Amino acid sequence: MDQQDMTQAKAPASRGLPSLRPSAALATGLRRAGILYPFLILFIVLSVWSGPFFTKVNLLDILDQQASTLIIAAAGTLVLVAGGIDLSVGAVYALAGVTAAHLALFAPPGVAIVAGVAVGLGVGLVNGVIVTAFRINALIATLAMSFVVSGLASLVTGGNLVIDYSHPGFADLARTSFLTVNTSTWTMLAVVVALAVVLSRTTTGRYIYASGSNAEAARLSGVRVQLIKLVTFVISGGAAALGGVIDASRVLSAQASNGETTLTFTVLAGIVVGGTSILGGEGAMWRTVVGVLFIALIGNGFDLLGLNPLYEQIALGGILLIAVGLDAWSRLRQS
Amino acid sequence: MPENPQQVKGTHVELAGISKSFGGVRALDQISLKIARGSIHALVGENGAGKSTLGKILAGVITPDRGQLLIDGEPVTFHSPREAIIRGIVLIAQELSVAPALSVAENVFLGTEPRRAGFVARRALRRRYDDLAAAAGFELGGDLPGRGLRTADQQKVEILRALCRDARLIVMDEPTAALPRPDVQRLHQVIRRLAADGTTVVLVSHFLREVAELADEVTILRDGRLVRTAPAAEETEETMLSSMLGRSLGTTFPARRPVPPDAPVVLQARGLTAHGIHAVDLDVRAGEIVGLAGLVGSGRTELARALCQAQRITAGTVTTAGGKLAPGRGPNAALRAGLAMIPESRKEQGLMLGRPITENVSLASLARLSDLGLVRRRAERQAVTKALGQVGVRLTTPTAQNAPVSTLSGGNQQKALFARILLRGPRVLVADEPTRGVDVGAKRAIYELLASLAADGLGVLLISSDAEEILGLAHRVLVMRAGRIAAEFRGEAMTEAAILGAAFGAAERGA
Repeated sequence: MDQQDMTQAKAPASRGLPSLRPSAALATGLRRAGILYPFLILFIVLSVWSGPFFTKVNLLDILDQQASTLIIAAAGTLVLVAGGIDLSVGAVYALAGVTAAHLALFAPPGVAIVAGVAVGLGVGLVNGVIVTAFRINALIATLAMSFVVSGLASLVTGGNLVIDYSHPGFADLARTSFLTVNTSTWTMLAVVVALAVVLSRTTTGRYIYASGSNAEAARLSGVRVQLIKLVTFVISGGAAALGGVIDASRVLSAQASNGETTLTFTVLAGIVVGGTSILGGEGAMWRTVVGVLFIALIGNGFDLLGLNPLYEQIALGGILLIAVGLDAWSRLRQS
Repeated sequence: MPENPQQVKGTHVELAGISKSFGGVRALDQISLKIARGSIHALVGENGAGKSTLGKILAGVITPDRGQLLIDGEPVTFHSPREAIIRGIVLIAQELSVAPALSVAENVFLGTEPRRAGFVARRALRRRYDDLAAAAGFELGGDLPGRGLRTADQQKVEILRALCRDARLIVMDEPTAALPRPDVQRLHQVIRRLAADGTTVVLVSHFLREVAELADEVTILRDGRLVRTAPAAEETEETMLSSMLGRSLGTTFPARRPVPPDAPVVLQARGLTAHGIHAVDLDVRAGEIVGLAGLVGSGRTELARALCQAQRITAGTVTTAGGKLAPGRGPNAALRAGLAMIPESRKEQGLMLGRPITENVSLASLARLSDLGLVRRRAERQAVTKALGQVGVRLTTPTAQNAPVSTLSGGNQQKALFARILLRGPRVLVADEPTRGVDVGAKRAIYELLASLAADGLGVLLISSDAEEILGLAHRVLVMRAGRIAAEFRGEAMTEAAILGAAFGAAERGA
């Protein structure tokens, strides 16, 4: 046994690590394709099995419903790639929603919208400062902030539902139809494309990857890592707020506790299922779009096929575990 | 587990033809030696001679590529420290591991706590701790918290931990490196006592006087090869030192171009003080390669990081050709002033391993390669290709630039870091161990690169543990010890003996 071990030990040690290569290649390959194949398979299956699925109405409806989630997840991708995490997006979404809805009761819609988004940018700035200047772990910092922000949202509404049915002008933001597609969807497309360009084409995007991939190397190469991280939190706060304002405009009402925790985790799940690493330095915008839509398709499929919705959550959780497991496994193989 | 009470003296552990390479670099080459039971056996050598690696092989931390380890004459193969512990071999590493939230006694019995029905039997634990501490002759309260223990006391915890695991051979890696003098004396007593009680101690040490005082036998390593094993009584500090010198790698160095007498100073430090360094003065002129030698822990890396603003400076100034650097602005400001660094660890401080080669090389120069914040990708690709060509990284296909940098060999990864610096175009380069862990061919290429950079008027501060490398490349050598510049050599005075003498001499005086 000893003898055998010695001879086996020789081969890999003599020339780097060739023995790891095949599984490393598989790991990289799996990670690269990621969620794309499961998404396409699910899409085809639903198209075949469910008549109403592959219709313009249903598909546009999915996009419209996912507009705010996609906007928030797109910004969240920047945060995650830079090595951070933002758990306050759900609370910011609610705060911005009620702020805008409340202002829309007596102010012009434009003012309401701008104020809502500004509130989110402000919270994002506070998040960023706490994380970068005070070096507090992003997970804890944004979790704590989510409670603060939720409380603020309740203060704005006094615990009531804000209803804007008598101010239909506020609905124009989300409900105006342009080329048969709602403005909420157009806004989502604009934000996602803009952030995709930032991440993949700009120097800022490169610095985001560098900060998350190896912060010390980035710092020594002249990247202002803390500033970059701060910017991602500000963008995330602004995006969460925009999502909240759009949804308030879509349904012409808003409330302080609006399933915000669920939203935070749906956003995170979408990003991670897409294949963006929770550890930073890896990821892409198209992944997040596919990841969020994949989760949406599961929900849509359960509805259309009339399956027991209780299984939907179990399926989601399982898929999330597989996605994170694959990420961990491929990192192990690469190192 | 074989118990041989009759075999009190005699060979405890034998190494036969042990070899180990790391990524093409030979760390140990055909090492054979015997360690007597109950003896104190010292391993000495320069930085990188292989003494720590040998200690780790004994303790199962590293598995050798070739060769055989025999314990009590029985061949064994360790795949993990756990397997070595079962055979009574424990390593006390340089970095101590005491859990701050646990008490001293709990730390000692960590993982081997006396248990009753799954719960830790606290009283039994305390009793056994007191017995153990008394047997070892330590006065260290078992209830003290691990947090805030002095280094010397942490070491006692580690030793007790080893003893309670029934260790019959303890490998100590530089146990006195971080200790104040009175504690060194106390630790020496402990080590003598361990040996007197029949425990074998393998001592990896930089401190030659300590070795001469303490050890029964000395094994001298040079360049991963065994020079000799001899009774310590037959050795002196001088004989050991001279045996550690004079390596012959057969490496050739590029010709040194003399520095023009009117070359301007491009990097100057005055009274530079930071964590680990005190009042360092330093000048590097354009076209000059200044070698910075010294033992690991002497403050070389801290100096490099302080110069490049990667570490907070508490006093003193750094001046470049562009003027004084404002303190506290970070590496970005240093880079803007033309001061770039190749960090000590390319994996931890240099590369983004999972990112493409292109992104790694262009990272420090993106401002120049972009318009309105948008990266000009074609320009980037061309610039990166050119820089990689200059440092001698030949990729098989143009698209190979998109592969993660981790797919390159160690030597090429290091060259990619040089390409990043080259692309940035600094006026001064601080290179911290630029040839660590690369093969001979890549070493040679990096030497050529450093020489040609200097010939082009760059000032270079070359930090290296390899004295020959410094002698072959540098115009002038500074030797650090204990956070200060201890000596400067130039011209004829630049010899390996002088450098090592200055580096070790301090260590002797300090301890």
